Amino acid sequence: MTKPLVRPRRKDPLKRTRLPLSPQRVRSRTAHGLTAAAAEGRFALQVCLDCNTVIYPPRDACPSCLSARLPFRDVARGGTLIAETTVQTSTDPYFRERTPWRVGTVKLDAGPVVVTHLHGDAVEGERVRLELKLDKSGSAVAMALPEKDTENMADDSHLREMTCDPKFRRVLITDGRTSVGQAMAKAFSDAGASIVFVGLANPWKPFPGMESLRKIEHVEIVPLDVTDTESVTELAEQNGGRIDIVVNTAEHTRAGGVVDRHGLTIAREEIDVRYLGLLRLAQAFGPILRFRGADGVNSAAAFVNLLSVHALMNWPAYGGYCATEAACLSAAQCMRAELRPGGVKVVNVFFGPLDIDWFQTVPPPKVTPAALANAVVRALQHGLEDVFVGDVAEDTRQRLAVNPKALERELAS
Amino acid sequence: MQNSIRTPYDRVVMAVPVTIPYVRYSIESAQWWIGRALKALVDGAGITPRDIDGFCVSSFTAGLDSGISLTQHFGLCVRWIDTIPLGGASAIAAVRRAARAVQAGDARIVACVAGDTNHVDSFRYTLENFSRFNQDAVYPYGAGGANASFALIARNYMRTFGARREDFGKIAIAQRSNALRNPHALMKAPLTIEQYMSARPIADPIHLFDCVMPCAGAEAFIVCREDVAKSLNLPSIRILSTIERHNAFPNDPIQVRGGWELDIDELWSMAGLKPSDVDFVQTYDDYPVISMMQFEGLGFCAKGEGPQFVRSHTLTNDGTFPHNTSGGQLSVGQAGAAGGFLGLVEAMRQLTSQPLGSQVSNANACLVSGFGMINYDRGLSSCAAVLARAA
Repeated sequence: MTKPLVRPRRKDPLKRTRLPLSPQRVRSRTAHGLTAAAAEGRFALQVCLDCNTVIYPPRDACPSCLSARLPFRDVARGGTLIAETTVQTSTDPYFRERTPWRVGTVKLDAGPVVVTHLHGDAVEGERVRLELKLDKSGSAVAMALPEKDTENMADDSHLREMTCDPKFRRVLITDGRTSVGQAMAKAFSDAGASIVFVGLANPWKPFPGMESLRKIEHVEIVPLDVTDTESVTELAEQNGGRIDIVVNTAEHTRAGGVVDRHGLTIAREEIDVRYLGLLRLAQAFGPILRFRGADGVNSAAAFVNLLSVHALMNWPAYGGYCATEAACLSAAQCMRAELRPGGVKVVNVFFGPLDIDWFQTVPPPKVTPAALANAVVRALQHGLEDVFVGDVAEDTRQRLAVNPKALERELAS
Repeated sequence: MQNSIRTPYDRVVMAVPVTIPYVRYSIESAQWWIGRALKALVDGAGITPRDIDGFCVSSFTAGLDSGISLTQHFGLCVRWIDTIPLGGASAIAAVRRAARAVQAGDARIVACVAGDTNHVDSFRYTLENFSRFNQDAVYPYGAGGANASFALIARNYMRTFGARREDFGKIAIAQRSNALRNPHALMKAPLTIEQYMSARPIADPIHLFDCVMPCAGAEAFIVCREDVAKSLNLPSIRILSTIERHNAFPNDPIQVRGGWELDIDELWSMAGLKPSDVDFVQTYDDYPVISMMQFEGLGFCAKGEGPQFVRSHTLTNDGTFPHNTSGGQLSVGQAGAAGGFLGLVEAMRQLTSQPLGSQVSNANACLVSGFGMINYDRGLSSCAAVLARAA
C-alpha cells in the first residue's frame, strides 16, 4: 500500500529552488513508437506481421524471422515481475538525487522481457501490469504497476514523476466565464488541487454560473484577460510562482469559412483570444513553469491546451476557427520543446464539437463541458500528452491515421 | 580421447604477457595506453615494430579510432588486422582469430592488445553510449549501469539456486587474498567477510565489494608459430582448445547461464582434458555471481551447484581450486576492454612461471573464460580456452 501524500507546507521563500534535471532523452527513431503510444496512454509494442512475435526492445528486424514489417500494436500488458533491484548509486544526475530507485525485470504474457520502472506496490514474484509513461525527459519508459489498483497508488513518488496529478497542485483556469471553464474548476477541485485560480476578465460583470463557480471549494477568482498582455503579465508576476498547472479555457468559436466570411474582424478576434492569448500565457507563465519543474510535491507540471480536433484537419463549416486552432496546435508543439528542459508537459486535449451555444446547430454526438474537464484531469493523472475526447474526436483521429485525403473530402461535404 | 572435428592449434603459441600497471584515473588517452603495451610487447619479444605483421586491438575509449587508424598512429605496417569489440570476451576471441591467422600463414607475429583509459567522466560516457538497446531500454531506468542489470540476474540466481551473499563473498575474499601478492592490484588491503557483508549496497543484492573498480590500463600478448617463439627465446604457451558463443539461450526470461553450456563438450574434447585436469581457473569476474555461473557452465559442477561448489573449495592460489590468481578484476581493477585480457595474460604468466603475485604449484594446464557485452538484459558473449605449459 502506498503511503498517502502529505500536503506540502508553504515553501520557505529563502530556500533555493531545486533545478529540474532529466533522465536520458535520446532514443532510436524506432523506439519513439513507444513514445507515440505513451503520449496517448496506450501499451503498444512492435508485433511482427509475418510471424506474430511480440518484440522488445524496439528493433528494425524481427529476431525470429528477420521480417522488417514490425508496426507498433496494442498488446496485453500483463506479466510477472521476476526480479527487482533497488539502484542506490547512479551515474546520472537525475537519478542520483532520486535514489533509491527500484527497477525490475518483467516477463510479459505477450512474450518479451521488459526492464522497467516499478511502482512501490509492485511485488517481486507477483503479477503486474505494464504501462508506457513519458518520463521527465518526454521520452517513453515502461512502468510496472500492481495488477489491481491499490490504495493511494497515484501518490507513489516514482509514478508521480511520470504524471502531472493535480492532487496538492495549484491550477490556473484562464477563463471562468465559459461553461468549460466552470466545469474545469469543479473537476480540479474534486481531483484534490490545493488552489484553483480561475481567471475572469471584468469580474464585476455577471455571467451564468457565477454563483456556483464562487462556491466551488479551493476556487480563487483572479483578474485575467488573455487578450491583454498587461493583465496576463501581472497575474504571472503575482501568482506565477504558485501555479503548477495552467489550463487555457479561453475560447472563441464562430461558424464560417475563409472565403464566405466578410472582412477580418472575426478572424482578428479569434486570433487575439486563441493564438495571441496562448502566446501571452506562454511567455508570462512558461519560464516560471520550466524553472519550477522539480520543485517538490507541487512542482510545476503541465500546460494544457484545449484544441478542436479540427485543428488537425480543417472543417470548412467552422473553417476560420479551425485555422486558428491549427495555429494554436503548432505553437503548442513548439512549447513542448521549450518546456521540456523543465520536465513540464504540454498536454493537447482534442475535442469534437462541444455541447455549448456556439455549436448549437451541430448534430450530436457532442462533448459536454464536464466530460471535457474530466478528460483533462484524467490525462494529467495518467501523464498523457495527446488526448482525444468524444466520439467525433476519436473518429477523426482514426480517419486521419488511415487516409488524410479522404478525411479532407469528407469534412467538406 | 580427442574426438573433435576441429583443427587443433598445432604449433601455434602465445608469448610475452604484458601488463601496463593500472591507475584509477588517467589523463592519458586510450591510444597512450595501447602504445605503452605495444612498446612493452616489442621490448619483451626482442623485436622491432616492423616485425609485427598482424594487429588485433580492443578498446572502449579509443573514440573514433579502430585498428586501422591505430596502425598509422603506431607506425605499424601489417598484413592482417582485427578490431574486437567484445569486452570481457575480447581476449579469447583475439587468441582464436590470431591463432588461425598464424596457422594459415596469413600473419607471422600478431600483437593482441587491449587498452583503455579512465578519465573522471569516461565511465558515465561509456554507460550512456554503450549500445542502442542500452540507450532505448536500459539507461533511462535508473541509470544504474551494469550494477543494476547484474543485480537483477544475481537476485534471480540467488532465489532459484539458493546462493547466499556469503558464497559470493567467499569468491571476492579469495581473490583479494591473491591480489595482496600482486603489486599491480589497485586493492591493497585484505577483505574480511564482515567487511564484505556490511559494505554499502549499490543495487541490491550487489554491494560494493561485488563490483569492479573502473580504471585505466592495458594488457597484451603475441601469437606466433612455436618455432618463431623458439628463435626469439620466448617462453610460450600452448592453446589446447577454445570456444566462443554469442546470444545463446535468448528465450531464457532472465540469464541463468552463459553460452558455455552449448560448447562445453567441444571445449574439453578438443583439449583432450577434463575439468579436474586443470590446475587453476581464470573466470571473467565482473561480479562473483558470473564467476559462479562459469563454474557451472564450464563443467566444474552441475547447473545450480555453484553455491555448493564454492562452499566446498578454497579458491586461493594455495587452495583446492585456485581461481583468478592475480586477484581478478574485483581486486586488480577493470581497465575497460583490458579487463577481458586480465585473466588470460595472468594465465600465461602462471604457465611460464613468471607470476605477478604468487605462483600456483604445478601449474601446467588451465582454463580461462570470458564473458561480456550486456547489451540489454544479459551478457551476450561467452568464450573459453584451455591452455597448457609448453612441452
